[in-house]
Amino acid sequence: MSQMKRNPLVLGNKTLKDVTDDICAPLERFPSKGWMGLFLAAKTLFLFYIATIAIVIATGIGLLGVNHPVAWGTMIITFVFWIGIGHAGTLISAILFLFRQRWRTSVARTAEAMTVFAVMTAGIFPLIHTGRPWLDFWLFPYPNQRGPLWVNFRSPLLWDVFAVSTYATVSTVFWFVGLIPDFATIKDRATNKIRRTIYGALSLGWRGTAKNWSHYEMVYLILAGLSTPLVLSVHTIVSFDFAVSNLPGWHATIFPPYFVAGAIFSGFAMVITLFTLVRIGWPEFKNYVTLDHMEVMNKIIMMTGLMVGYAYGSEFLIAWYSGNDYERYVFMNRAMGPYAWSYWIMICCNVVIPQLFWFKKFRRSIPVMFVVSIFVNIGMWFERFVITVTSLHRDFLPSNWGQYAWSIYDTCILVGSFGMFLTIFLLYLRVFPAISIAEIKPVLHVGKDEEGGH
Amino acid sequence: MAKAIGGIAGIFLKEATVLKAAARVRESGFVKFDAITPYPVHGMEEACGIKRSTIPYVAFAAGCTGLMAALALVWYTSVVDWPLNIGGKPMFSLPAFIPIMFELTVLFAALSSVVALFVHAGMPKVDPPVIDKDLTCHKFAIFIPENDVGYNADRVEKLLRELGADEVKKVAEY
Repeated sequence: MSQMKRNPLVLGNKTLKDVTDDICAPLERFPSKGWMGLFLAAKTLFLFYIATIAIVIATGIGLLGVNHPVAWGTMIITFVFWIGIGHAGTLISAILFLFRQRWRTSVARTAEAMTVFAVMTAGIFPLIHTGRPWLDFWLFPYPNQRGPLWVNFRSPLLWDVFAVSTYATVSTVFWFVGLIPDFATIKDRATNKIRRTIYGALSLGWRGTAKNWSHYEMVYLILAGLSTPLVLSVHTIVSFDFAVSNLPGWHATIFPPYFVAGAIFSGFAMVITLFTLVRIGWPEFKNYVTLDHMEVMNKIIMMTGLMVGYAYGSEFLIAWYSGNDYERYVFMNRAMGPYAWSYWIMICCNVVIPQLFWFKKFRRSIPVMFVVSIFVNIGMWFERFVITVTSLHRDFLPSNWGQYAWSIYDTCILVGSFGMFLTIFLLYLRVFPAISIAEIKPVLHVGKDEEGGH
Repeated sequence: MAKAIGGIAGIFLKEATVLKAAARVRESGFVKFDAITPYPVHGMEEACGIKRSTIPYVAFAAGCTGLMAALALVWYTSVVDWPLNIGGKPMFSLPAFIPIMFELTVLFAALSSVVALFVHAGMPKVDPPVIDKDLTCHKFAIFIPENDVGYNADRVEKLLRELGADEVKKVAEY
């Protein structure tokens, strides 16, 4: 059965020592010019983002394009966009772990990091969107002296507060638990005292005895098991923010699975974008994140892209089948109204362009997948734009119609958020092991003859 | 992890050797020994006779606590302390409370299992004893503490050498 032989997950016949050396190398050498250049650019953009937010908060939310009738704009669109990005990380680290997909090992750490940073980036938007961010602590239920006044537990917006904060906490903890043994590795090979102290503190005194590993693996399994329904619940609840309302275009039962598929779609696109760059910057990682890994992720992009495309079609069918004039109008307006351009950008980027991945040649081509992943990122931002803006701008009463008054501040906030994400991500690549050292070692033999592979 | 204790450690270079060695050490009657490996070695728990971790029970109990805490929170705030009549719907509208209950169940279960791991593994610990710096990289070890059943320095050293240890070290505290 030679044709059934699996490809090795790690190339180059690495020994255990090679693995540690390769993965620790980026942390132990002076940063390259390429990294420095990217970091300076990202940091400048981040500072620009902070300044923009400061102006928006100091002056008021009116600087943005939100107004009557489009009261949800860039903040909500970009929040959903970043939260969605995060979902692929949890899918890789938790769901694929439960399904025993061993290829996930090479990409799980960085994908999970992407999750944590994307959720951090996303979390800022609803906080500013409230308009008076200095009162954001009102979002949490706590005993207070404003009479017995509590948050409304029947509101999807409040469910979102709980879902996103739980998701941020559990993802961060899951990620950190995965990092503990690797911090111990870095501590033990440290040649100077400062490095030893810092990584020693981060490793929390991990020793790696068989008893420790036994508990550790159990906790990892539990966290994966808990993160799986959690990640599905988060985007389900984000979709409830829309679906629980009565607005045509939002009030749809397909929203939860549609949002989750879209989130995974956009998240995998971001993983591909980042990994094509990481493979250029950290060439030693090419043996760990191989073209096979990239190809598998491209297949997932294509599949979830088809699911999203199915949802777009299904929405039209149900709007027609409902016989409801308002519902029908919203969808005709989406495809042919004043915002038709955004709808067709979305269709092109999310449904048409990923079809390239039917061809193996394109699935395994780094330039092609990079370009496609960028298109998917753009397309998924436009998906949220289409859902939010086109549904709001023409509702039941024609006298209530209007346009979204996009302002320069909307652009600055959207572009600036990438500065925040990339700054944190680039720092992570420099100081944390970007591939799990302890997890990659047990899969070294996969696909090799003498030990039988899988 | 109880108080630090001395003993003897054998350093091994191969996963297969250390796995066999652990099983043999156990057959020789030692019960308090431990294996130190850079990654979770498949089959090591059986070889060392380690029982299944009890952390799932902690996770289950904490999950139930989280569920009940969430139910208590939404019930007290939305039914007792600040009842709001919304369209004549019942005060105790359970379906609307499910998301909150689910999230707090997951939060409690996840954080408690990690705390349980820290308790079991004696973490956080400042500057833990290190037998060999390569044990988190590419070497493996079996450590037999001096308070183990039938401990005798010469016998332990001989046993570890026989089992293929590359190096045998006396450890002052571990």
